[in-house]
Amino acid sequence: MPAARVYFKDHINTDEIIPARYLTTFEEAELAKHAMEDLDPDFVRRVRPGDVLLAGADFGCGSSREHAVWALRGAGIAAVLAPSFARIFYRNAINGGFPVFEADGLEQVFAEGDEVQLDTEHGLLRRRAGGQVQFRPLPEFAKRIAQAGGLLEYFRDQARG
Amino acid sequence: MRPQTLAEKILSRHAGRPVWAGELCVVEVDHVMVVDSIAPSVLEVLQDLRAEPRYPDRVSFVIDHAAPAVNESVAAAQRQARTYAREHGCLLFEVGRGICHQVLIEEGIVQPGKLILGSDSHSTTYGAVGAFGTGMGATDIALAAAAGRTWLKVPASLKVVLRGELGPGVGAKDLALEMIGRLGADGATYMSIEIDAGDRFSRGERMTLANLCVEAGAKAGLVLPGGEVARDYAVPEWLRPDPGAQYRATLEIDLAELSPRMSVPHQVDQVREVAGLRGRKVDQVFLGSCTNGRLEDLHAAAQVLRGRRVNPGTRLLVIPASSLVLEAAAEDGTLLTLLQAGAVLGTPGCGPCMGRHQGVLAPGEVCVSTSNRNFLGRMGSAEAEIYLASPAVAAACAVAGQIALPEDLEAVHG
Repeated sequence: MPAARVYFKDHINTDEIIPARYLTTFEEAELAKHAMEDLDPDFVRRVRPGDVLLAGADFGCGSSREHAVWALRGAGIAAVLAPSFARIFYRNAINGGFPVFEADGLEQVFAEGDEVQLDTEHGLLRRRAGGQVQFRPLPEFAKRIAQAGGLLEYFRDQARG
Repeated sequence: MRPQTLAEKILSRHAGRPVWAGELCVVEVDHVMVVDSIAPSVLEVLQDLRAEPRYPDRVSFVIDHAAPAVNESVAAAQRQARTYAREHGCLLFEVGRGICHQVLIEEGIVQPGKLILGSDSHSTTYGAVGAFGTGMGATDIALAAAAGRTWLKVPASLKVVLRGELGPGVGAKDLALEMIGRLGADGATYMSIEIDAGDRFSRGERMTLANLCVEAGAKAGLVLPGGEVARDYAVPEWLRPDPGAQYRATLEIDLAELSPRMSVPHQVDQVREVAGLRGRKVDQVFLGSCTNGRLEDLHAAAQVLRGRRVNPGTRLLVIPASSLVLEAAAEDGTLLTLLQAGAVLGTPGCGPCMGRHQGVLAPGEVCVSTSNRNFLGRMGSAEAEIYLASPAVAAACAVAGQIALPEDLEAVHG
């Protein structure tokens, strides 16, 4: 079962998610090696594919680098939940078809390593040992992009009409 | 018609219909700016789409983030951007021409009322001349270049009202830091900040103000055209907020109450009075960036450094924001003053601001920087500390070898 990777710090910025010194590639696997490195050198070692990242408010503030989304996805993170997201990161995530959900009260329910189940249909993150948090659904426009698999695919689908 | 904010007015013009905060709209884009480090991702998306820029002369490539190239892979990425720009008739600003935001304004690409997208978060800088500038990621930028349009949610606006006048030794950077400190790092997320500065502040100072708006999460930072900008630019008649326009919040700042400010590690919104931080040893001072690398910033530093020497335990890196700034500083003698004081000069561009070259920090080092972000690991080691300050304060720190104010320095004799 996927686990919660918990960083309940507000304002985690894109320099912390992927430092600028690694922006020499856009290969997700390569970027993933350094995801969250300055904040937690053990992050990459601990994350298993499908894990869910839980963070504090204003997640992804700072630079416009889309690499922040790619690094997290490359590291195996299946979704990020936070009380709020910074504007450019949120837009980049939606464009990349990477699930990000706004949710309050995460800190009261989840701790690092908790086994969790992400139920996007009902907008719930469930804790195996009990407890759950409801997250806000994506805006309609974002949902359509996510369903297409990203903005590029969405535009392609539209062009096919 | 319902009264509109400045952001609503600009976006209405570009949507071809009146729009208000909260509406999603498709807008025509006047210019798309791509920096070297994001160019490969942007070009990959274009290639993937089998699309080309719809209006090539409305797309700029600027080689500034790690220029001249620091290694082979960066060199290859820059060559890719260069070749693409030439082959497709896009604008290309080469190594050493300067920082994207400074260059686009110097070149006159940014004009009042325009809508400019940049692949760099500090694209809010264009608000200095009354343009709606905003940063986006590679996918958005590529699609905007291909379509000549993008989608936006019209932001709610937050109004900043200034009262009084700044005292001596206090400048636009101190005001900008105060504003971010008061708003908080996400105090203006998704919003447009509209600063009513009256006729105060030069274009460069307005760039400092608009530039830092993104550090409160803002989508755009607009300084209502006035003073020097109103004089030097053709400001369209419609480009002003209507009386009665709706603002999400209003922030009032009394300029007379401001003193020199610093952001302390590791967040821009952690703003303190410099006076309370005196004595912290400083290893490196960086004078430059899109926030404070202009001629007037070099002048402010030179005024402090004239007849003085940089402390032997401290390095002073000066990186002009553009080739024109460098030329002007050479011509008026500012450069000589800085060099005689012991400053080291770098190629116009972003310099060490985001820790990729020209002065990255070692573990345990302390840097006073005139740039815009002091995040953990931003300028190199995650164990280094970055303090953000004005050019005058940065110069004083370089001389003192520790955090200090210009007034703390011994008087220069002769």
